[in-house]
Amino acid sequence: MMRIELVKRPQRSALFSVLSPFIAFALTIIAGGIMFALLGVNPLDAFNIYFIQPVSEVWQLHELAIKAAPLILIAVGLSVCYKANIWNIGAEGQFIFGAIFGSIIPVLFPQFEGPLVIPLMLLLGMVGGAFYASIPAFLKTRFSTNEILTSLMLVYVAQLFLDWLVRGPWRDPQGHGFPQTIQFSDSATLPQLMPDAGRANWGFVFALVAAVAIWLMMSRMLKGFEVRVLGSSPRAGRFAGFGFNRMVFFSFLLSGALAGLAGISEVSGAIGQLQPVISPGYGFTAIIVAFLGRLNPLGIVAAGLVLALTYLGGEAVQSALGISDKVARVFQGMLLFFVLGCDTLIHYRIRLIGMALMKPDAAKLDAAPKLEEAR
Amino acid sequence: MDITVNILLTIATAATPLLIAAIGELVVERSGVLNLGVEGMMIMGAVGGFGAGYLTGSPWIGLLAAIIVGALFSLLFAVMTLSLATNQVATGLSLTLLGLGLSGMIGTSFVGQPGVRLPNLDIPGVSSIPVVGKLIFGQDPVFYISIALTAAVMWFLFRTRTGLTLRSIGDSHTSAHALGIKVIRYRYLAVIFGGACAGLAGGHLSLVYTPQWVENMSAGRGWIALALVVFASWRPWRVLAGAYIFGAVWIGQLHAQAFGIPVPSQFLSSLPYLATIVVLVLISRNKRLTMMNTPASLGQPFVPDR
Repeated sequence: MMRIELVKRPQRSALFSVLSPFIAFALTIIAGGIMFALLGVNPLDAFNIYFIQPVSEVWQLHELAIKAAPLILIAVGLSVCYKANIWNIGAEGQFIFGAIFGSIIPVLFPQFEGPLVIPLMLLLGMVGGAFYASIPAFLKTRFSTNEILTSLMLVYVAQLFLDWLVRGPWRDPQGHGFPQTIQFSDSATLPQLMPDAGRANWGFVFALVAAVAIWLMMSRMLKGFEVRVLGSSPRAGRFAGFGFNRMVFFSFLLSGALAGLAGISEVSGAIGQLQPVISPGYGFTAIIVAFLGRLNPLGIVAAGLVLALTYLGGEAVQSALGISDKVARVFQGMLLFFVLGCDTLIHYRIRLIGMALMKPDAAKLDAAPKLEEAR
Repeated sequence: MDITVNILLTIATAATPLLIAAIGELVVERSGVLNLGVEGMMIMGAVGGFGAGYLTGSPWIGLLAAIIVGALFSLLFAVMTLSLATNQVATGLSLTLLGLGLSGMIGTSFVGQPGVRLPNLDIPGVSSIPVVGKLIFGQDPVFYISIALTAAVMWFLFRTRTGLTLRSIGDSHTSAHALGIKVIRYRYLAVIFGGACAGLAGGHLSLVYTPQWVENMSAGRGWIALALVVFASWRPWRVLAGAYIFGAVWIGQLHAQAFGIPVPSQFLSSLPYLATIVVLVLISRNKRLTMMNTPASLGQPFVPDR
């Protein structure tokens, strides 16, 4: 019988700050290998299909960018919330509302064309996401309602609302009864970056710009300092004159707007219309991306690419090996577990103690004479 | 009369999984641990229960498997948050995400398979008494477990010394530790109890409520259970009341859909989630009440100083 004991490090370990995501990734690979072996597949073959083949050609890298863009956009916003110790876990709903708001122009005013359409759609998308995120923020600041539960409940509501829209008022009358809106016109479609090479669109550029901008904000601006102070010590923040309620609104609106931007970019760039389901759980996977990137916007870019690969790999093993693409979800969940576990190494030294060494009697006998001496 | 009895019966069936999961989480939170993985443990219990029942043909083995799977799955959370002192919110979330993915993968081959159902209680002569017979003596076994569990937890928390110790840990783990109480050991047991309850709730879904396996069949019930604990201000009998109110909302919207009320079905389906938000707002408006009842060290990691 072994026992784990944590010993606080005098300061956070710089070495493990850098190493921990890599250790976590390595552990995920090992656990994933065991899982593939249990499923009766040679792990090396599976890894080849899962991690190597989906990114071996240029057009596939474009697909990777398409999947990574929403993950990075959402996760960068969430990282600000989480740094401030504010738990927005409803990004999936904000993503959907961004998509719905942004689609108002192409669906309700399809005759409106020109170069202004896309910027307006993107703006509306951000407004939609921010609006939906403002609900839990308002409830938290006004009634101190737990934002974790409200933001999550709103995800279900958003999914049902989108379902109603595309089956009801927004359904394409010429769509043969399929639950979807009309196909967006060319001027409502987010342009591709390099149409000759692959499908990647401007969404990926938005993601990179957002990551750099938030990184600048967090590391170089007063607002970023405010986020960090309020997150690590609300009391100290109050003394410094930083308002907690203002921070709740700021972080929710920011992350909501970015999730909304991700939503409209996905619909306008990758899908081309609204459907009952527009996201394979990007809003939840982005939580993993945020933690894997250690809540650092630049780390999040790398983490977003890794998690995008798990989606592509999941599709690849499904078609090549006949394993359920849920494998992707399992990989993502395991990765988050190992990341959180490895982060412990940054703040603590881990000691394994055998039970034999800590018999209480022995410890007492040892301590008693010392106590006597001290007196 | 028959319709009323039937509606009451379906409300009880809808409320039972909420009640069991929430009672489990209540004990966990009373010990000062916030486990947001209820949804994940519940869905793992559902798939484990269905699988074991389907493979062995015995719903009782299925129910047992659901409990064991839920408890084992919660152990993962316990090791992470209690032994490795990770962030409880993030770890709970990852437990839910992992559970949803893992259950989907395990359950691929169960989709569309006929399940087994736990038989309702049937006492000859007694269960056939009109109205009372069916309501009190003719429900599924898990219903009786849920009521007994609520009473037992109520007694344990407020009438036993161990329950008092558990609550003291939830209010101040440092003081409890200073008194020589094994904080981590208590919390391990509480988390595992919560996991077993969530697993049982999941087993009820796939062995009684709808005896089949559907992906994501917990449909947010784990999250509603978490909200119920807050709504009940950490008191078991209020959890019981809350679970039945939510069961009524859940069944009410289903009946409204069936009767063809001219409101889009999606709006009716979103009622339980909206009701959760409304109820949370109503209860947390009163800040003093919430402050008084919330276990003071809820969600804070504890690393014993030596």
